[in-house]
Amino acid sequence: MKMKNFYFFFIFAISFFPLLCFSFNEGAPTDRRVLVLLDDYSLKSSHSIFFNSLKSRGFNLDFKLADDPTLALKRYGQFLYDALILFSPSTDPVLDFVDSGRDLILAADASASDLIKNIATECGVDFDEDSSAVVIDHKSYAISGTEGDHTLIASDDFIQSDVILGKNKIEAPVLFKGIAHSVNAASSLVLKVLSASPSAYSASPKSKLSSPPLLTGTAISLVSVVQARNNARIMITGSLDLFSNRLFRTAVQKAGSPNKHEKSGNEQFVTEISKWVFHERGHLKALNLGHQKVGEAEEPAMYRIKDDLKFSVEIYEWSGKSWEPYVADDVQVQFYMMSPYVLKTLSTNGKGLYHASFKVPDVYGVFQFKIDYQRLGYTSLSLSKQIPVRPFRHNEYERFITTAFPYYGASFSTMAGFFIFSIVYLYNK
Amino acid sequence: MAAPETSTAAVPTLMTNNSLRNAFGGVLSFFILLLIGVLAFSIRLFSVIKYESVIHEFDPYFNYRVTQFLTKKGIYDFWNWFDDRTWYPLGRVIGGTVYPGLTLTAGTIWWFLNSLNIPLSVETVCVFTAPIFSAFASWATYLLTKEVKGAGAGLTAAALLAMVPSYISRSVAGSYDNEAVAIFALIFTFYLYIKTLNTGSLFYATLNSIAYFYMVCSWGGYTFIINLIPMHVLLCIVTGRYSSRLYIAYAPLVVLGTLLAALVPVVGFNAVMTSEHFASFLVFIVIHVVAFVYYIKGILSPKMFKVAVTLVVSVGLCKLICGPLYSDISACITSGIALSQAFDVFTRSIKYQLPGVSSTNELDAGETSSATAEAQNDAVKTEKTEETSKDRPSRKSKKKEKEQVEKPSTKAKAEKKRLLALPLEASVIALLLLIMLGAFYVVHCVWAAAEAYSAPSIVLTSHSHDGLHVFDDFREAYGWLRHNTDVDDKVASWWDYGYQTTAMANRTVIVDNNTWNNTHIATVGTAMSSPEKAAWEIFHSLDVKYVLVVFGGLVGYPSDDINKFLWMVRIGGGVFPHIKEPDYLRDGQYRIDSQATSTMLNCLMYKLSYYRFVETDGKGFDRVRRTEIGKKYFKLTHFEEVFTTHHWMVRIYKLKLPKNRIRGKTKKSKSKTSSKRSGITKKNPWH
Repeated sequence: MKMKNFYFFFIFAISFFPLLCFSFNEGAPTDRRVLVLLDDYSLKSSHSIFFNSLKSRGFNLDFKLADDPTLALKRYGQFLYDALILFSPSTDPVLDFVDSGRDLILAADASASDLIKNIATECGVDFDEDSSAVVIDHKSYAISGTEGDHTLIASDDFIQSDVILGKNKIEAPVLFKGIAHSVNAASSLVLKVLSASPSAYSASPKSKLSSPPLLTGTAISLVSVVQARNNARIMITGSLDLFSNRLFRTAVQKAGSPNKHEKSGNEQFVTEISKWVFHERGHLKALNLGHQKVGEAEEPAMYRIKDDLKFSVEIYEWSGKSWEPYVADDVQVQFYMMSPYVLKTLSTNGKGLYHASFKVPDVYGVFQFKIDYQRLGYTSLSLSKQIPVRPFRHNEYERFITTAFPYYGASFSTMAGFFIFSIVYLYNK
Repeated sequence: MAAPETSTAAVPTLMTNNSLRNAFGGVLSFFILLLIGVLAFSIRLFSVIKYESVIHEFDPYFNYRVTQFLTKKGIYDFWNWFDDRTWYPLGRVIGGTVYPGLTLTAGTIWWFLNSLNIPLSVETVCVFTAPIFSAFASWATYLLTKEVKGAGAGLTAAALLAMVPSYISRSVAGSYDNEAVAIFALIFTFYLYIKTLNTGSLFYATLNSIAYFYMVCSWGGYTFIINLIPMHVLLCIVTGRYSSRLYIAYAPLVVLGTLLAALVPVVGFNAVMTSEHFASFLVFIVIHVVAFVYYIKGILSPKMFKVAVTLVVSVGLCKLICGPLYSDISACITSGIALSQAFDVFTRSIKYQLPGVSSTNELDAGETSSATAEAQNDAVKTEKTEETSKDRPSRKSKKKEKEQVEKPSTKAKAEKKRLLALPLEASVIALLLLIMLGAFYVVHCVWAAAEAYSAPSIVLTSHSHDGLHVFDDFREAYGWLRHNTDVDDKVASWWDYGYQTTAMANRTVIVDNNTWNNTHIATVGTAMSSPEKAAWEIFHSLDVKYVLVVFGGLVGYPSDDINKFLWMVRIGGGVFPHIKEPDYLRDGQYRIDSQATSTMLNCLMYKLSYYRFVETDGKGFDRVRRTEIGKKYFKLTHFEEVFTTHHWMVRIYKLKLPKNRIRGKTKKSKSKTSSKRSGITKKNPWH
């Protein structure tokens, strides 16, 4: 079998939308074309449950051998496919693929090449550099018929996010067999979805442990996701078996736990996370950013200081089939000029419309309405709309001020006095 | 004085020889004046003929943009104009911070021509405003000098003013700046003042105030008038030449003038609250006290008057000693009285010393006004010297030449007086010399107008052995920005290019030549002096999308950003102390060769100026600094070059977007630089 000689990995990448993603003018998700590049058609059957679940959700899977001479990813500048599984990739096209806003699932295993590791590194995930090391856990391994080397791990340390893993709790632990990776702590884009237990470590199971392993405990991530700044989503895992039919169907009992589950949590886990990666969940769009003076319908090109204004924006979430209203109580708008002068939480009507009204501060300049909404699992919303704020016009000041009446009196009485004096002096000789 | 009264006055009398001569003289001087106007206008057209009809330099571009706004939106919108395209994100209240005179003048000319169905563009009107007003200024000079000395002197003075090089330098066609109309307003105000002094007419006094108002509208130099006229009035009082005409010339000017000046938004309450105006108020009080004293003196007998004076002085002194509360007003009064006594003494002594001086006021006024005229000429000169030296040191030399040429002309006047007593031969020779001097003066003026002052500075030319080279890089770059960037994109550059960028490229700038906010300028200076990453963060926080630098190293254009760079460091360091000038100097020397400090070689300005420079000649030889540059091969990580003009004089860079992904740590070298970057990040003044 070639499978043993080659590293295996899947890269699924789904085109979702262009870089400026708030327009979301791509077609329906059922049009999504996925190119599955295989080294061997046998994978088609050995991983069929996963493929079938994709098919059932409306993806067109196109299986091709990696050495097919008719293969072309791009024609006339258009990507022919929206998803890829590659066998001999170079990193650049894959990363370009991601940078163009497309999605990627990357599964490596013990024989992953440096190229694959480089792709992961570019995304902020570092696989263990020791090529023979796999994740070993002597405490939370999956109990199986034969006493193995504890490399089949049952983990249930999921990220607490309904957006990424779905609303239904994954009851059964997920079986994992593969290599460890760590995430760049400085990166705010990468998340550990499935972490190893504190007793896990990364080492070669065949040789004796001579030096302490580099990666240990919860620093090890089993499955990570990355959401790039252009909202391209990437899932990276060190286990190809995670997706396989065999582990999908295996009954699982975690060591030290009395519960025995009929089926592992893999199927649910992988399905849910692929939904997230393919933007069937957690994708927000904001549109119709608008603002008016209170009592007016037109959007002005400029405000005056101390104007009262209404601000509104619509936020929707993609449900996989249609845009549904997004409901949250923590969306805020900033009225911003080098620093926020107004920071206001928007209230929603439950139908996607968010609004707030406030007074323009007593400062003129070029302001921005800014929405910077970053929540775990959701695409980031950062919109801004420039709006200048001008000072009072010459005729917008109060004409007569009550406190100044003595001065008006003084000046007018002086004028009258001068007038009378002139008349008396000139004509009263 | 009385000689050149125009022919109309002479008509009712008998047609004597004298009146015919007067009529002929009037017509002649009218045509001479017309020719002087044509001369003043046409000597300033060299820039249009040699280059093209284009606005010059920096400030004129701002004035041009304001005029465009005025012609499009009308006067009220101009008054209330809040410009959101400069000083991003602060904006600038233009209506309240500009002297509107020039703009309103050109706008009115444009409107007038358009309503006559003469469809001139705003730019054309702006270009020719200065030459037109030079003609007006020379006519105003004629009036002024005529009022002082007579028609002949007036014509001479007008001809001289029409082609004096220092005035030409500020008013060639295209030099659309405040001085273009302000010099005319200045001279005309002085003319009306002297006219009022000579006639004692309230009508002229009111006109004078209005002329002063126009001057205030046009230029900050109006303070010159409001200080010089009080000085003259004070001098008249001190020398015992107080008269009711002096009062009429001065008091309405102060009252009406100050009221009118306060109407100009940019002046506002400054007209009564800043020290430049205090002298006029002091003299205003003095003249009233003097008038009062004269009045009292007229009523009382000399003995009673003395008693009254001692009484008032002692009371005043008591008040001065008792209460500092009274200090301001009573000090003025007592000093006024003291002055009035002193000037009594002075007048008496002067009258004894100068037996020829009678109390005929005409002569007095005439002489004193000639003194003012001269003083004013001097002052104009000094004003201009200041200005030009501010602009460009290279002009100083020309200034000297000009003064050398001007001196003989004043000498000539003195000579004329002496001629009467000289023998015929000597006077003929002197006359010939005079004519020669005049001819040389004209030649020099024309040369200066054609060669020295006509360059618009946005188009440069150079003559070399293979012919004429034209460097039109500035407009090339601004044109690129206008056509290839988004309307709301922000462009950062050193403030010198702010006005031109907004006017020619129509893009928002961070700072411009109206340097009203030092912190903002310092922020840009700091960004230019910082390493790439820190600079990127500063610019990014200001929403800047493009950075523009001017680089003369390839063609040897000396006033480029590298030569201005130390100022960026100094101004930046003045507000953000982590920028230190010594870091950019090697042993106190500013250099960009291999001996330069690493701070210098890594700062943004160096990198943006010299990026890919070595590709031009393989060595990286800078023709301005006359040395090979220190760091030749480097890459930009946060900026990308988007446009470089034909002669590399303007280079435009775009800020790269933040990276789409964040790398992992596997490559150690990368992680090191990232930690270094985070250290620099803290220095960003906006965080």
